[in-house]
Amino acid sequence: MSTPTVHSIKPRVAVHKFSSCDGCQLAFLNLGEELLVLAERVELVHFAEAGALDPDTEVDVAFVEGSLSTPEDIERIQHIRQHCRMLIAIGACATSGGIQALRNSANGAEWVAQIYSHPDAISSLERSTPIASQVKVDFELWGCPVSSSQILAVVNSLLLGVAPHDNADKVCTECKRRNLTCVMVSHGVACMGPVTRAGCGALCPSMGRDCYGCYGPAENTNTDALAAQFRALGLTPQAIVQRFQSINSQAPVFLAAANKVKTR
Amino acid sequence: MPVAQLDTLVATLMAQAYECHGPVVENGAIVMRELAVPDGLPRGLQAEQAPGHYRLTRDPLNRYFAWANGPQAIKPQVFAPKESMWRVERDAAGALQFAAVLPEIPKQAIIGVRACDLAALALQDAHFLRDGRRDAHYAQRREQLFLVAVQCAVPASTCFCASTGDGPTPTTGYDISLAELAEGFVVVAGSDKGAAVLGALNLSRATPQQIDAAQQQGQAAAASQTRSLPGRLSLSGGNLRDVLMSQLEHPRWDDVATRCLACGNCTAVCPTCFCHAEMDVPSLDGQASEHERKWDSCFGESHGHLHGTNVRPDIRGRYRQWLTHKLATWNDQFGRSGCVGCGRCIAWCPVGIDLTEEVAALTTGEAHT
Repeated sequence: MSTPTVHSIKPRVAVHKFSSCDGCQLAFLNLGEELLVLAERVELVHFAEAGALDPDTEVDVAFVEGSLSTPEDIERIQHIRQHCRMLIAIGACATSGGIQALRNSANGAEWVAQIYSHPDAISSLERSTPIASQVKVDFELWGCPVSSSQILAVVNSLLLGVAPHDNADKVCTECKRRNLTCVMVSHGVACMGPVTRAGCGALCPSMGRDCYGCYGPAENTNTDALAAQFRALGLTPQAIVQRFQSINSQAPVFLAAANKVKTR
Repeated sequence: MPVAQLDTLVATLMAQAYECHGPVVENGAIVMRELAVPDGLPRGLQAEQAPGHYRLTRDPLNRYFAWANGPQAIKPQVFAPKESMWRVERDAAGALQFAAVLPEIPKQAIIGVRACDLAALALQDAHFLRDGRRDAHYAQRREQLFLVAVQCAVPASTCFCASTGDGPTPTTGYDISLAELAEGFVVVAGSDKGAAVLGALNLSRATPQQIDAAQQQGQAAAASQTRSLPGRLSLSGGNLRDVLMSQLEHPRWDDVATRCLACGNCTAVCPTCFCHAEMDVPSLDGQASEHERKWDSCFGESHGHLHGTNVRPDIRGRYRQWLTHKLATWNDQFGRSGCVGCGRCIAWCPVGIDLTEEVAALTTGEAHT
């Protein structure tokens, strides 16, 4: 006999995809056996990558991957917002516009014309923007991609009826808890860890390389001080701009840091 | 003890079922890791350290311990960066069952501990093992430690243990202490356990000349240190605690805030920092939960978060909290400063903020209260 809990009615969950690579949805699929446990506790109504197709039914929680990049995206996110109680944006695309938001600082139409033989067949917006730019987002999970453990922690919190824990500490905190050696100090490489949000478990430093900021800005970042240190380590202004203008180029903190270096 | 017998010492500890940890080169630094074999200790290495800078170099004298220290002291061995405190499970009847989580910890020997590390361990003991508030997780790790200390013959440029009175020669808190000379080690037992291990090695007595050479080596190492924290006599306004607490509105705090990343690395590498956060990690089936403790830092947002407000929202407040606790109010709690002069916060700060330089700037000029 299963133990009765307050969740005798399974919450309904949908996983939606916008402009993205699908990597964050894989954080669900990569749960493996735990995904089967999860399926016992929630009703997966819509999750195209896993097979369930029903994008229109009312759900309790909608996880949204990807950025808003086409006119159709704008309409669809409104529809999803109207049909869910809670909306959670997952991944760099959904929280900052993603790698495709590099076009926000360029002439996107020109790029399209250079690449496609029939540019008129492409219908994309001038800018790639995060989900929160159009609708209310209840919780953002940063990362490119988000990790399975982050997804689990959020789902667990919601099932227990508490707000998910928002870990905005720096990557350095996870790096040090793993007893890793600081690559910036011991190798002189330009690590983004001191301004980047934790959540990956300091994956890149654990491989002896520098963090490239794929989890977006942490809280209380001092990007000026980090940019100054990058200069001291020998990086050119262009290289420093590129450090901040990568996966999360449109995250306001990283965008401002890059613009400041450009205008120096 | 002849140089060649260092391996025998490690082998003896391994034979006595100690899990031996010692210096290992990993990712460009000397770190303390479990030793697989007794003869694997690196030789002929030095660690060049400066603010925000650490590089391995060669020791022309091919010594075993010519490096000052690595990125961590003994802290991770006794105060685990992340561990479960207790677990709660729902039983068949639906009732909650709580159980302490105390994993089996093997006997552990650490080879190459420095005087600053020992001083820091004594401070961690004062915090975690204080009367009536004994931390079970710390205590069980601490009880399993066997410490082989080493005199620092070659302090790094970032070292200032002589000025805090904690080094460079170990004086207490070890089981065995070594001083490395060209012809071998001058060895001292600091405990019955240490004496028993040494007894098994059948060492001949050190000569008065060797003992004298070891003492002189320690004095020379102390004299070679270029950084320092001010002592009572060098401060016009009294002790460092009172002077720092009279400078809470000094403009230098704003200055350091423009340079500080608030990454918390100084607190993680500091061998005396003991702050931690606790959180619950529920299992996916909703039937169990682990109560986890992990290292925290006064440079993080949540550390200063009280209900509805944050008492340290900016970097200025966080740096000031760290420095004034470490060097001033620590005295109120533990009867001494929380700094043992290891210099790790200087070397491992990614932007090279120098605590001794900040203190010098803060303790000169008029009071800013």
